[in-house]
Amino acid sequence: MSFQISDKTYETDEEGYLANLSDWNPEVAEFMAKEDDCDLSDPHWEVINFLREYYEEYQIAPAVRVLTKAIGKKLGKDKGNSKYLYELFPYGPAKQACKYAGLPKPTGCV
Amino acid sequence: MAKAEFDTPQLKGIPVIPHLQPGAMAHSRPFVAKAEHQEPLGFPGELVDDWKTKAIDKMGELLTKYRALPVFLDACVKCGACTDKCHYYLGTADPKNMPVARQDLLRKVYRRYFTFAGKHFPKLVGAVELSEEVIEDWYRYYHQCSECRRCSVYCPYGIDTAEITMAGREILAHIGIGQKYSNEIIGKVHKIGNNLGLPRPALEDTLEGLEEEVEEDLGVKIRYPVDEKGADVLLVTPSADFFAEPHVDGLIGYGKVFHQAGISWTLSSYASEAANFGIFIGNYENMQKVAMRIRQAALDLGVKRIVVGECGHAWRVAYSFWNTLIGPFDFLDPKYPVPQHVCEFTYDLLQKGALKLDKAANDDKVVTFHDSCNVSRGSRMGDFPGGQFVIPREIIKASCNHYVDMAAETIHENTFCCGGGGGLLTDDLTELRVKGAVPRMEALKRVIDEDGVTHMAAICAICKSQFTKVLPFFGMGMDMIISVHQLVGDALVLGAEH
Repeated sequence: MSFQISDKTYETDEEGYLANLSDWNPEVAEFMAKEDDCDLSDPHWEVINFLREYYEEYQIAPAVRVLTKAIGKKLGKDKGNSKYLYELFPYGPAKQACKYAGLPKPTGCV
Repeated sequence: MAKAEFDTPQLKGIPVIPHLQPGAMAHSRPFVAKAEHQEPLGFPGELVDDWKTKAIDKMGELLTKYRALPVFLDACVKCGACTDKCHYYLGTADPKNMPVARQDLLRKVYRRYFTFAGKHFPKLVGAVELSEEVIEDWYRYYHQCSECRRCSVYCPYGIDTAEITMAGREILAHIGIGQKYSNEIIGKVHKIGNNLGLPRPALEDTLEGLEEEVEEDLGVKIRYPVDEKGADVLLVTPSADFFAEPHVDGLIGYGKVFHQAGISWTLSSYASEAANFGIFIGNYENMQKVAMRIRQAALDLGVKRIVVGECGHAWRVAYSFWNTLIGPFDFLDPKYPVPQHVCEFTYDLLQKGALKLDKAANDDKVVTFHDSCNVSRGSRMGDFPGGQFVIPREIIKASCNHYVDMAAETIHENTFCCGGGGGLLTDDLTELRVKGAVPRMEALKRVIDEDGVTHMAAICAICKSQFTKVLPFFGMGMDMIISVHQLVGDALVLGAEH
């Protein structure tokens, strides 16, 4: 599977996750979000950027508590919880935000 | 993210056996594994040329290797006792999801190639040739069975449908048609040590974060150690406990129990997974290879005991198969059960008076308990029959004042699968998972309406993730589902002397 932005083609897996992490750019996130009728606001970008930084360092998406803690630090303690993350990413922060960030889908019993 | 393209069934308040809808779920099939997911497990990367011969040969091999399999295939008398016992049949109305019909998909081929009557008079005994159509049905419907074994409880011959599903999946994987979800995960365990692919530095970072969080909340330093040689206990737990909610609150709870009991423990970065998807795909070699990491970690760390966290099928593999898979465990302390479930561990401490629980800490909750299939029907806990039903409930009741059971026909050995077990906890099967959850949702809805239940506790990572996902489809909150050891952890009085 694949999608196209301007002239460039992006390969994806069956569920629309980017096949190559290095293909990612902000336009990719915007494009994917639009497909889901989701407008990316600053808090969305905080999450996406944190996911990318964390992945860069650890080669895995952060655990939910690592993510909520980081977002709480950046956006205020009242937002450092998964309820807030689900408001941003209703399909589930782990899966939907990872997709927009160009990361592979988390596997396992999650 | 694709929106759900199916109607969520309406809960009716009472169990209803649906009218048959032939082919209702014929469209449901999970993603097929690619070569990169197949080959590391020892399976061919794509459909092999002589797939028909290979499949029949594999069936022949399994019939010899697993002596129960031919008995299960021969013994069925079509009495019908199993027909309305499967959550996927009840939720989808597809007749091929009646356990007997799903078994027959394999049975009819078995008859054709392995029985006298089927070889010579196939039409008389419903025997059929293996064909592409049959293979396609196997792939669809052997991925509409969660291997929960509820039907076997009601079968007068004790036919274990799960064994037939496992054989079906094993044959498919060997001709090149594996399931992506399970096989990708098993590959990650072989390579990295857990289902998530969580490497050691990320595990350490995650656990350090948890220690900080618990200390901020409670003002007490509770450790979540990893790779500590010489610890008494090796805890193996599903990697979802590190990653997801509500699982992580269970992990926090285990840490509090170890802390309060003063027993040294450690996780292992090499064996950072209790789950063993080898059982789901019916492949002995992969199941053994996954389990072997745990034996190796226990030896390397020099522990005296192995405790298994809240994971349903992990406990079945540990309790029922570890001894022959990765035993003997003569290097562990014989004073303790090998292996020991974390619920047994906590229950034992409670019996000895080593833990003080303040039930009032959970007074905001009315709790019920979802028995997980692999614990209920595939194993036991404690040293008395039915311990796997009693022990988790006793722990919950010791941790909260308000506990209610769901209807008798939906708990204990009659429990309904959450709808996501057996390697089906994947988004490409969302419709199946939602529909398969219906019987459990009906029972839950009743105790919510009649008894004011606010939370459902479970001891399985799959159940917890599945309910988090499907509860909202039925208008219920995803945070209703909690870990048993979250209740324990919240009620535990830290620092109390005994």
